[in-house]
Amino acid sequence: MSKINSKIPEGPVAEKWDNFKAHQNLVNPANKRKLDIIVVGTGLAGASAAASLGELGFNVKNFCYQDSPRRAHSIAAQGGINAAKNYPNDGDSIYRLFYDTVKGGDYRARESNVYRLAQVSNDIIDQCVAQGVPFAREYGGLLDNRSFGGAQVSRTFYARGQTGQQLLLGAYGALNRQIAKGTVKMYPRTEMLDLVVVDGKARGIIVRNLITGEIERHFGHAVVIATGGYGNVFFLSTNAMGSNGSAAWQIYKRGAYFANPCYVQIHPTCIPVHGEFQSKLTLMSESLRNDGRIWVPKKKEDSEKIRAGKLRPEDLKEEDRDYYLERRYPAFGNLVPRDVASRAAKERCDAGFGVGATGLAVYLDFKSAIERLGQNVIEERYGNLFQMYEKIVDENPYKTPMMIYPAIHYTMGGIWVDYELQTSIPGLFAIGEANFSDHGANRLGASALMQGLADGYFVLPYTIQNYLADEIHTPRMSTDAPEFVKTEDEIKARIDTLMAIKGSKSVDSFHKRLGHIMWDYVGMARNKTGLEKAIKEIQIIREEFWKDVRIPGDTKGVNSELEKATRVADFLELGELMARDALNREESCGGHFREEFQTPEGEAMRNDVDFTYAAAWEFKGENTEPELHKEALKYEAIEVKQRNYK
Amino acid sequence: MDLTLKVWRQANATAKGKFEQYKVNDISPDTSFLEMMDVMNENLIQQGVEPVAFDHDCREGICGMCSLFVNGRAHGPDDDITTCQLHMRKFKDGETITIEPWRAAAFPVIKDLMVDRAAFDKILQAGGFVSVNTGGVPDANAIPIGKAEADEAMDAATCIGCGACVATCKNSSAMLFVSAKVSQLALLPQGKIEAKRRAKNMLAKMDEMGFGSCSNTGACEVECPKGISLAHIARFNREFIKAKFND
Amino acid sequence: MSSIFSASIGKKLIMSISGLFLIVFLLVHLGINLLMLVSADAYNAGAHFMATNPAIKIMEPLLALGFVIHILYATILTLQNQKARPENYSTVNQSESSTWPSRNMYVLGGLVLTFLVIHIINFYWKIKVLGGHDIPSVIVDGVEMHDTYWLVAGLFKFWWFDVIYVIGAIFLGLHLSHAFWSAFQTLGLSNIVWRKRLHVIGQIYTYLIAIGFAIIPIYFLITG
Repeated sequence: MSKINSKIPEGPVAEKWDNFKAHQNLVNPANKRKLDIIVVGTGLAGASAAASLGELGFNVKNFCYQDSPRRAHSIAAQGGINAAKNYPNDGDSIYRLFYDTVKGGDYRARESNVYRLAQVSNDIIDQCVAQGVPFAREYGGLLDNRSFGGAQVSRTFYARGQTGQQLLLGAYGALNRQIAKGTVKMYPRTEMLDLVVVDGKARGIIVRNLITGEIERHFGHAVVIATGGYGNVFFLSTNAMGSNGSAAWQIYKRGAYFANPCYVQIHPTCIPVHGEFQSKLTLMSESLRNDGRIWVPKKKEDSEKIRAGKLRPEDLKEEDRDYYLERRYPAFGNLVPRDVASRAAKERCDAGFGVGATGLAVYLDFKSAIERLGQNVIEERYGNLFQMYEKIVDENPYKTPMMIYPAIHYTMGGIWVDYELQTSIPGLFAIGEANFSDHGANRLGASALMQGLADGYFVLPYTIQNYLADEIHTPRMSTDAPEFVKTEDEIKARIDTLMAIKGSKSVDSFHKRLGHIMWDYVGMARNKTGLEKAIKEIQIIREEFWKDVRIPGDTKGVNSELEKATRVADFLELGELMARDALNREESCGGHFREEFQTPEGEAMRNDVDFTYAAAWEFKGENTEPELHKEALKYEAIEVKQRNYK
Repeated sequence: MDLTLKVWRQANATAKGKFEQYKVNDISPDTSFLEMMDVMNENLIQQGVEPVAFDHDCREGICGMCSLFVNGRAHGPDDDITTCQLHMRKFKDGETITIEPWRAAAFPVIKDLMVDRAAFDKILQAGGFVSVNTGGVPDANAIPIGKAEADEAMDAATCIGCGACVATCKNSSAMLFVSAKVSQLALLPQGKIEAKRRAKNMLAKMDEMGFGSCSNTGACEVECPKGISLAHIARFNREFIKAKFND
Repeated sequence: MSSIFSASIGKKLIMSISGLFLIVFLLVHLGINLLMLVSADAYNAGAHFMATNPAIKIMEPLLALGFVIHILYATILTLQNQKARPENYSTVNQSESSTWPSRNMYVLGGLVLTFLVIHIINFYWKIKVLGGHDIPSVIVDGVEMHDTYWLVAGLFKFWWFDVIYVIGAIFLGLHLSHAFWSAFQTLGLSNIVWRKRLHVIGQIYTYLIAIGFAIIPIYFLITG
């Protein structure tokens, strides 16, 4: 008997959410004041949840490692946010958005959660407009939509190339209002280091004040984790430098299941790596693929000449170019989903056709679009992106084709949650990218913002009450309780151990080594041998890390190296779980591509008979293999099909 | 490229700081400025010296966390960028680069090049929002908004809260930052309703936090990574004066 | 209205309104002065008008008050602004982002004030305080009054006074080059379109004032 209970409400998929809301328990206003909720993270999910819970009257404590809630990495999302408004009258509906999301996720998402996501998507747009988010508009004054990721309808709302920024600033505004009212207390530059569990329930967290270095204890009747994804396990990614998987990892080690860690999204259009000092990768919006054509030279010798700087790409004749996406996928061409586009680029570069100094880049060419539409139209559409590219690469993309290469972007996997967004630890919730539920094995463009805000504004504020209604008799607990003291002592001991190593190598050097292993063996294409090798290599790096890392300074005050060290220590464990999960999943689906499981044409091959489940891993102790729990995924409203973009 | 870096070092908020010189060698012109700083820090770690603390996060010019005053200019010698988007090709081989933290009474130094910009959050908490709760709002298309107004509101809303305006202003004034939010919300029908209250409360908070006043030099607009216009300061002035005349 | 002038924008508003008042005054002042280039009689007629018109009589103390308020608030704001940056940068490269006069309005204001003191001693003091007993008289509109043209012409015979007055005009011009648009900006009467227009009008005004005032000593120097 599986320990998994996803608590999906009864009834047809379209009625589940209404049924749940109609029958759930609520907390009355007088009792809300007596309940403390800890929210960790201030991105779209965290800020919207903290603000909404504050508005309801709960006592909220909100934490972030940045200097201000506004810096959370949701701010960097460019393209847009999906909703089933059907304003363009092009046939969109809640069902269609739900269907596209499940299909895009390669039939590995939980149907009931995705349907609810599509249902509340429209409320998000209303909410954001009411907050003063300046979405793009038509001359008539109504909202503009654009198409995204090859969808058949235009359902993406956007604010120039800065949609994530505008949505986050909207949520941050709502949060600021609650901070001013005193319902939310904000703790910036404070990093969660562990979860406190009392009698099997989440009751608080241990944090480090990143300014003073003090370790502090905080009590909450419930704890909400909204700390985003763990893409930085690869060292190089489009995530922010500080983005980390530590909160998720800490709660995993305290008993929360970690689901589908191997589902990682690799974004096809990023600026390629330029050198060994590179610290992060910059995304170029997916919207560029609407007008850009992707190619590499047809002949290897041309690629070699370009790499050596002896041939300019703009001088290569049309018949010598291989528009490989158009060749392989004539129906979708350059607009195939992200996972397909990324793998195709890797395939060409691995075969020796890549360009750029490293040979790990392909061209995204706007020549024919400029000829067709004129440079001014392209400038209007993508001017800011072109300018950003030129600042980084120092080449004019109007003349020389852009160089792009795939990069780690988003993690669909995350903390396992039930329908109520509660983890396997009672009182502990996970929302936004930190949880696993809505995107299956691959996320569609413009859906991350939708999910973060759906969870924070419209789902968690309901579902958390179903738990808290039973907690109204629980008094605020003293943080001197033995469980708090013990957890804090463990954290202090861990930090002291790290500081005492005084080895010879920097934290970054370990992080980079881990990143290389992850990218080579747990990246875009995986196989059994590679994954087994990765597990061994990660264990070796981890062992070395704990023997030879050098952290200068002390624990008092600001110590950026110590901050990095605690995060990398967690990544060194998380990476192994990712490899394990990838090894276990003997099929190719979405962002997870196992070389052993592909069609003769090299396309991903799912195994629905054996793997239509979410893999939820339970921590069983250090150096012990985790236990796998399978949550079977049942599709009642959707017919499961093989994806085909040819 | 070989470079000499003159970097401000300060152990904590109360300690006395001073400049230290460090050398970095073999830097590619294609390296970003912060990656060059990473190399410097890696060298320091190897030498057993505590690395230089500086704020940074997204490294793609949108989070607003990076904040260096490089060779006398906020975000260094390039236009429309943040420090993380600055590349070493903007410098000369052999150059000495001076790196200082933002300087303002309202932005106290935390350590080395890190400053505390909590004053910005406090200003926004004083009114930088529309007072609506989650749920129960009208349909998104219920109130049409002219494209020109929406676009201008968006121009203001692109502010990333980095503080370059304060850092570069001879008066350490936060007027560009505050006006961007006041102006964005004053332009939109959703925000107009409490525009007067907002302008007054945010200005009062700005003054309380110890920022200077605006001398209209326009330096903030030039150094702003998002090119936010002084026209928003004019609108803020207008909103404030209107609000006060209605009192 | 209550606390408007304690807020930073309120103080700036005072600077703006008092400044605009002085800007208007300068135009009137220049208008009268330029009559010197027409003839001595024309100028004396203008001076007579200024000395006898009741409206101008009322304006005189207001003008003094305008100067005092402008200077006082400039000082208050400058002190406050300095407090906003207790520790300065070691390297500052502001020439990329703003003009020198815009950053040095208080200094320029001080220089203009110095000139103003000399100017008042030269003319106002002599006539109004000392009584101007050594100044010859002329008859304007049948009334006997001081020949102020004689006073000006006499002063500008000395080349160093000409130099002082030309330099004074240059300082004033630099101060005005930023002041004009800035006053409108502070009042909130500027936007993306009007900013350019106000800048052009401001430049025209600035050159008019600076060249207009400078031309008089030069005229006397040349015609000697």
